[in-house]
Amino acid sequence: MHMADALLSPAVAAAMWAGSVTAIGYSSKKLKQNVDNKIIPLMGAMGAFIFSAQMINFTIPITGSSGHIGGGMILAITLGPYAAFLTMASILTVQALFFADGGLLALGCNIWNLGIYPCFLVYPLIYKLIAGNDMGTKRISIAAIVSVIVALQLGAFSVVLETLLSGKTELPFGTFALLMQTIHLAIGLVEGIITAGIINYVKKIRPEILDAVSFSKPVEASISIKNVLTAFVIVAVVTGGFLSWFASTHPDGLEWSIEKVTGQVELAEATEGIAPVFRGIQKKTAFLNDYNFKQETGGKLEENEAHAWPGVEAATSVAGVLGGVIVLMFISFIGLGIRFFKKR
Amino acid sequence: MNFDKQYYNIGFLDQLSYKDTFVHKLDPRAKIITTSLFFFTVISFSKYEVASLLPFFLYPVLLMTIGEIPFMLIFRKVILVSPFAVFIGIFNPLLDSGQVFIFQGLAISVGWLSFFSILIRFTLTVSTTLLLIATTSFPGVCHGLRQLGLPSLFVSQLSFLYRYIFVLMEETMRIVRARNMRSYGERGKDMRILVRIAGMLFIRTVERAERIYSAMLSRGFQGDMPSLKRYRIKMADVVFTVSILTFLYVFRLYPVTRILGGFIQGVFS
Repeated sequence: MHMADALLSPAVAAAMWAGSVTAIGYSSKKLKQNVDNKIIPLMGAMGAFIFSAQMINFTIPITGSSGHIGGGMILAITLGPYAAFLTMASILTVQALFFADGGLLALGCNIWNLGIYPCFLVYPLIYKLIAGNDMGTKRISIAAIVSVIVALQLGAFSVVLETLLSGKTELPFGTFALLMQTIHLAIGLVEGIITAGIINYVKKIRPEILDAVSFSKPVEASISIKNVLTAFVIVAVVTGGFLSWFASTHPDGLEWSIEKVTGQVELAEATEGIAPVFRGIQKKTAFLNDYNFKQETGGKLEENEAHAWPGVEAATSVAGVLGGVIVLMFISFIGLGIRFFKKR
Repeated sequence: MNFDKQYYNIGFLDQLSYKDTFVHKLDPRAKIITTSLFFFTVISFSKYEVASLLPFFLYPVLLMTIGEIPFMLIFRKVILVSPFAVFIGIFNPLLDSGQVFIFQGLAISVGWLSFFSILIRFTLTVSTTLLLIATTSFPGVCHGLRQLGLPSLFVSQLSFLYRYIFVLMEETMRIVRARNMRSYGERGKDMRILVRIAGMLFIRTVERAERIYSAMLSRGFQGDMPSLKRYRIKMADVVFTVSILTFLYVFRLYPVTRILGGFIQGVFS
């Protein structure tokens, strides 16, 4: 399931983007060192293949509903981790831009959830371990199914974490996690079987392709414990970095520091980094205090009793509704105006 | 999801990006930067914020009208992908049941505010993403990303993916059509057939990639994809970027909507 922009807070989005861009840079560098340019058109074509394969819908047994494949593991198995990761990242980019699957800010999260896990954790640690080198049909099947399930579980759990850290939804952690993990267990099983089927089919009909695809073999060979450790360090640093960032500056609802400019003056004092800059801005905006925007403390609500909405005065709300209507009318007016003058 | 429709949709957005309006002529970098900052601004509001988000509709509306992008196309796409956001947000009114007064005597649950807030954010971000691609073209975005410092290997791979999507989708469309004509009802739509189709497609893809690579080599490919179109930062780009950033800054820090509303209220009372 794709993460969506609307559910993200800026801090989470930025942290996940930072992690994903680092991984893209690292993979590009690795690929440049290890393989020739032949991999570039192959990666592009494979990405388009996943794209097209996703559109062949099929009937899921028992449920009768129809589904489609995701594809991260197929890429990892056939292209090797670095090329697969870049391909997955570009598939997600196209999906975000053309189908609005997720969105641009959530793209960082989606690349992380659907790219990093299958390519850098599951492939070297689970798939390689089970499938081994002899590539028997049964071992490949088991390895593919287990890896797809694990990768999807990790991805789904990350969606839950990112949503909750962003604090935009009221869904309780337990329920949400349980729901997501179960759904993705089912999806993972189906996708695992298909992945195994495709790999085995290709191996049966044209076995040399799996070897021919091995122009990325040098990369696969170089995936050593060291690389896996590096990946883990990156994961640890990124997650640790952005979690501590929250811990120090966003104790409530993980809202952006800007929040404190307009509403919570006392909290702004406690923060460091970006806060002093905004404190300066706040002095200039001080006249706004007359308007009494109590909503800004809303982030704290979760901890309190549900009815503890800190006295919103009816007057300010009316002003909000009225202002909203005027603004929307104004914008439509501008839009229609431009259309009108363009037509003439 | 209807296959032909999907294919048509990608093609249509692509076609729109070849128009020649003010927005289309802007440098991709200017549009990428302003759009990302726009996203960050929109999602930086507190989760109960509804009124202050509304002025931000101005940005997508400007892109859409100046760029001559049909409203219904964007609207339909936003509706099409909305279920996820609605699903996540719809529990807010139930779980977050504090009361807030909108008018004297009319109270709603606080959760409705955050639900509407999610929906508005969702509409803003999705429509702007689609408008970015419809006014910039995918190769344009790729070029912009390259100039903004993303690794060239990743970017040229991205533009390859985009080219092959059309080729492979047409191929897939033929295969799927052939399957549908031979299968009555649900026969032939099970996973075994899917695996064979996808496997066949996989093999054809690899073979195609090899042919393409040989063709590229013989035309002097050296790992980078140069673009014939030259992009330079013009005055218009600077003006556009600066004015959008000022707009974002002002509307982020000043609750203009409420000030306006309060003012009108004052006039009439």
